[in-house]
Amino acid sequence: MSEIGSPDEGRKAVIRETFPGLRFAPSGLHRENLMEKYVQIENVQMTFDTKKGPFVALRDINLNIEQGEFISLIGHSGCGKSTLLNLVAGLTIPSNGAMLCAGREIAGPGPERGVVFQNHSLLPWLTCFENVHLAVERVFARAESSASMKKRTQAALALVGLSHAEHKYPHEISGGMKQRVGIARALSMQPKVLLMDEPFGALDALTRAHLQDELMKIAAETKSTVIMVTHDVDEAVLLSDRIVMMTNGPAATIGEILTVSLPRPRERLALANNPKYHEYRGAVLDFLYRRQLRPAA
Amino acid sequence: MNAANPGIESLKETTAGDGTVATAKVFNISPSINVSEPVPTAGRRFSLAAKNFFQWLVPPVLGLTIFIGIWALVSQTSPQLPGPLKTWASAQQLFSDPFYNKGPNDQGIGWNILASLQRVGIGFGMAAAIGIPLGFMIGRFKFLNAMTAPIISLLRPVSPLAWLPIGLLVFKAANPAAIWVIFISAIWPMIINTAVGVNRIPQDYMNVAKVLNLSEWKIFTKILFPAVLPYMMTGIRLSIGVAWLVIVAAEMLTGGVGLGFWVWDEWNNLNVEHIIIAIFVVGIVGLLLEQMLVLLAKRFSYE
Ligand SMILES: Nc1ncnc2c1ncn2[C@@H]1O[C@H](COP(=O)(O)OP(=O)(O)O)[C@@H](O)[C@H]1O
Ligand SMILES: [Mg+2]
Repeated sequence: MSEIGSPDEGRKAVIRETFPGLRFAPSGLHRENLMEKYVQIENVQMTFDTKKGPFVALRDINLNIEQGEFISLIGHSGCGKSTLLNLVAGLTIPSNGAMLCAGREIAGPGPERGVVFQNHSLLPWLTCFENVHLAVERVFARAESSASMKKRTQAALALVGLSHAEHKYPHEISGGMKQRVGIARALSMQPKVLLMDEPFGALDALTRAHLQDELMKIAAETKSTVIMVTHDVDEAVLLSDRIVMMTNGPAATIGEILTVSLPRPRERLALANNPKYHEYRGAVLDFLYRRQLRPAA
Repeated sequence: MNAANPGIESLKETTAGDGTVATAKVFNISPSINVSEPVPTAGRRFSLAAKNFFQWLVPPVLGLTIFIGIWALVSQTSPQLPGPLKTWASAQQLFSDPFYNKGPNDQGIGWNILASLQRVGIGFGMAAAIGIPLGFMIGRFKFLNAMTAPIISLLRPVSPLAWLPIGLLVFKAANPAAIWVIFISAIWPMIINTAVGVNRIPQDYMNVAKVLNLSEWKIFTKILFPAVLPYMMTGIRLSIGVAWLVIVAAEMLTGGVGLGFWVWDEWNNLNVEHIIIAIFVVGIVGLLLEQMLVLLAKRFSYE
């Protein structure tokens, strides 16, 4: 089991062996040479057909995301965060506008975009190993032997510190562990972009903090581009490079984008005394509770 | 045996046994108190276990005793109806040689039970072979659902025995006609429950399928089938229940070997003891079938 913050070289070796393309990011990462506009969202609008007629959930969404960037989507519930994430995932197709990932149009789900669902969405009749293996198989079955796919599955579970639970069924493990299996499943496909919809929303505060730290570490190790929906201001500031703040629906759009330039790796305890951290936090809170105060729901 | 102690929920379920019930929950009929635990050392724990045991045992035994008591009383007042003791003696004699065979109209009770079970097995098996795949397709394709919905709602409420003349007409023989009646009455719960199960698959699972880009075959084997299985088991359970209800009536009409025919035969012989025994046998076999399926269903419940 991996501990928070302890650099585990043995684990890195396992991961390096099974994810040969993967480079571990040095902490002083220079962003200039990373691909800009890795994810491009241009003038996207989403209209749902409902019984009461068309419902405009999102309008005029414009967002460019760099490779390796960590983006949080924050906003009041019902404003359209999940809708936006599902659009990037390719689960829904925008009514208007263009969406590109790595220069190609997003026309449906694809293995380069891994999704972590809010309620883990593990299949209860499969063990943790089998749940992850289902994803591995789908991406690598053509090119790889079953032995190497097995190794990949185990490496993904090792990455989230769950090697000991691979033969357990979802109902036999805790909520935090389930969420980690969900993350492992998404990571095992070696996605370029990791999409997460309130991944820690249902967890208790301690487990959530632990998983946030793990996620920061994994995102740094795998250099993933991450888009995460959250409603937790501290989580957004702690994890993100930029925080995308959305206005209230209907017809929600991006209200403001806050760049968080806190150095990485970030330590939650050190940040507690960091005035800049509180400044960012204050800015998000101000947006959410003064300028986008939810009309009495 | 906890035979006389079905949970309230299971009663509710079977009384609504026309196939519309689609609960995926697997109801546990047996009482959950474990009486076979090793004898605890502490006296207090022992007395607790004993108390639990009596609480588990006393109500059903009391119920059965009252039932037999009322039966005995009624048989006192009505001389035609044999009492419990007389029936018991007759049953002992009957079951001492269950597998004799004296020609097609006089066979042991064992043969009659087996003949009925065989008909139910064939009719139910065919109903499952057609009804379950059909249910999957109806659940998966909206068009097919809309297409079959009026037919199903029209035919489902028809009393099973109304199909018997059609069977006799088409098959021109009693045995296939009886099997046909079982088939047609057992097929609806399986179609309906399977289709409902497919409809109720959580969107989350389908999203997983989409995000992982699973093939149709993987979607079927890894998501659809396991997710629908509990619903399917409910359908199968209801179907077997209906089939077993119907077989006695069908055999009364078609004749041959089988419990239903046997009841009719004993009625003609005015052997009322045997009719009462037949009622018990039908009840007990039905209960055993149900218990078997409950056990099977338990194996397929996750969470
Ligand atoms: N499939 C859909 N059909 C109709 N309306 C939808 C659909 N999905 C989402 N909506 C509506 O779009 C709005 C945004 O929803 P959602 O993206 O789930 O919000 P959030 O994730 O920010 O809480 C809500 O008003 C919701 O009712
Ligand atoms: Mg949401």
